Amino acid sequence: MTTIPELSEYKYGFRDKDVSVFRAKRGLTREIVEEISKMKGEPDWMLEFRLKSLEQFYKMPMPSNLNSKWFSLLPGKLDELNFDDITYYVKPSERQGKTWEEVPDEIKQTFDKLGIPEAEQKFLAGVSAQYESEVVYHNMQKELEEQGVIFCDTDTAVREYPELLKEYFGTVVPPADNKFAALNSAVWSGGSFIYVPKGVKCEVPLQAYFRINSENMGQFERTLIIADEGSFVHYVEGCTAPVYSTNSLHSAVVEIIVKDNARCRYTTIQNWAPNIYNLVTKRAVAERGAHMEWVDGNIGSKLTMKYPAVVMKGEGAKADVLSIAVAGKDQHQDAGAKVTALAPNCTATIISKSISKQGGKVTYRGLTSFGRNSEGSKANVKCDTLILDNESTSDTIPYNEIKNDNIILEHEATVSKVSEDQLFYLMSRGLSENEATQMIIMGFIEPFTKELPMEYAVEMNRLIKFEMEGSIG
Amino acid sequence: MSTPNLSIRDLQVSIEDKQILKGVNLSVNGGEIHAIMGPNGTGKSTLASALMGHPKYEVTSGSVTINGEDLLEMEVDERARAGLFLAMQYPSEVSGVTNSDFLRSAINAKRGEGNEISLMKFIREMDKQMEVLEMDESFATRYLNEGFSGGEKKRNEILQMMMLKPTFSILDEIDSGLDIDALKIVAAGVNEMRSPDRGVIIITHYQRLLNYIKPDFVHVFMQGKIVKSGGPELAERLEQEGYDWVKEELGIVDETVGHRV
Repeated sequence: MTTIPELSEYKYGFRDKDVSVFRAKRGLTREIVEEISKMKGEPDWMLEFRLKSLEQFYKMPMPSNLNSKWFSLLPGKLDELNFDDITYYVKPSERQGKTWEEVPDEIKQTFDKLGIPEAEQKFLAGVSAQYESEVVYHNMQKELEEQGVIFCDTDTAVREYPELLKEYFGTVVPPADNKFAALNSAVWSGGSFIYVPKGVKCEVPLQAYFRINSENMGQFERTLIIADEGSFVHYVEGCTAPVYSTNSLHSAVVEIIVKDNARCRYTTIQNWAPNIYNLVTKRAVAERGAHMEWVDGNIGSKLTMKYPAVVMKGEGAKADVLSIAVAGKDQHQDAGAKVTALAPNCTATIISKSISKQGGKVTYRGLTSFGRNSEGSKANVKCDTLILDNESTSDTIPYNEIKNDNIILEHEATVSKVSEDQLFYLMSRGLSENEATQMIIMGFIEPFTKELPMEYAVEMNRLIKFEMEGSIG
Repeated sequence: MSTPNLSIRDLQVSIEDKQILKGVNLSVNGGEIHAIMGPNGTGKSTLASALMGHPKYEVTSGSVTINGEDLLEMEVDERARAGLFLAMQYPSEVSGVTNSDFLRSAINAKRGEGNEISLMKFIREMDKQMEVLEMDESFATRYLNEGFSGGEKKRNEILQMMMLKPTFSILDEIDSGLDIDALKIVAAGVNEMRSPDRGVIIITHYQRLLNYIKPDFVHVFMQGKIVKSGGPELAERLEQEGYDWVKEELGIVDETVGHRV
């Protein structure tokens, strides 16, 4: 007989010694923002951008169902987030490594435990690793560099590619977009900057890895990707953090510009500890014939609020948002997608798969918007939820805005449970209850995992299995 | 190795406090094929599901042993690993899980960790059995039973049986919804499995299937138990004369258990 494993713990919950060389005081003041900018040696325009954003942040109320139609039925957990308890900037080391040997030992050990250097050797074209606020390691294949691909951390980009930065930074997600975007704009640090020149196709993915190590730390990376005409890039990010008794905040902003006939795929596998607030604004603009794909996997965190968006600005633009969310005990995944068609013949597909268990809560919050010029556009939304027990819940909150008569919008939502008959069937072939349940769950998320690069699909399956162990019976 | 044996003694089973099986006695040895025949609603399928351990059915009395071990003490998966197989009348669909992945997991669950079947061997075996059952190779990569027609599901059940090679198979109305060609194919699959190491229980209301799979014993099921047993000639008589003569002979008015299942 097989024994059911012990209730799993968060696997990446180990913490390592604090080796930081600078740590800002808790709380958010103008002085701290100035200090961050000064330490980074930023140009004035960026400091100004930060300070204006800070004003915005102070001015804007916490999002709630009282001030936003979008946030009807907003999760209550947001009230517990205290901005004064957060450390907004932690600098882990003096300089960035080009080889893993140059990365400080303690930090390198962390990434070793996470298997990052190994992954780089095996299947990545470029890797960036962010620890707390700063990118500590960065490397990219020579081949891509020779083709003119830029892949660096965003701080470096501010110094080395000021023209590109000034042109695009903050244009897709302006600071006033929402309170957390304003916060990120004020205190952002790290993140990836990618520029892919016209017609260049990056065949293998570029990856960034984000690790929060400190307690009460806020990680505010800022990512900007520009896929120039006819190019292709696949960017993959992974995130983890240790388990602490108090909360940490991850509030990233991701801006993507997909130019005419270019294609960008952005894959996220987030596996946060259960004390992380994960409040992220991700948005892409797709121009004529461009194709933007968000592949978004959310496991863990205390509260995730994330709605990857695509603004289809040019004729024939395409948007795909494929997401899964897994909510366990005391967790709320408030996730979804926003697609906006502003030009004719745009196509959007949203597939959302969520799983709730042990009292977890999943909400699909989605927007499909068709502007006046969206003649001939269509959108297909499919939300499936799998609820594993009677304590867990799910909600679907779709918003539709339609200003053109000649569009097609399809919406389909299903909620299912693992049925007694399915379990009986699989068990009657010799699978244990645990194996049978896992098989049903794996099948449920298969539309997601089949889109991941093979190595990630394997990892994802392992993660979900791990997450599900002990949640049965 | 001694002859495999499945023994059912005075099995009584209820569903939601309603008694369905009222004392079933049956002993099946390796090499034997038993046909259980009877009209609808007499409890035949309940017997099949209860033996496999469906949680809906509660065994209130009696015992079942498989090769001397207490079957009723085992979980569903343990029963499967002990050598019992049920080809279901209405198999579940599982989206996102391919037929071949499922089958390989099931085979490996039985073989145990460290003794997994090699991928090549598995593929060869599956190809071979699918050929016997005249299944298109696309069925290997299709999701488990999803979108399968009734007949395709039945073939898939037999495919699983042929791959898992159970000691005792129960075929629950495997012939319903099959046209004559499909019936012949399914029968060929069952006949191929015939060996002194394996026993089969075929549950059916028609004699039709038994033209292609010759049973050694035929049992008539009414009112939640076996009321008459005989050889293959009993099936032929039932085919020609129906069930009324049995009822008359035994003084049965209503053959059902008063609860359709």
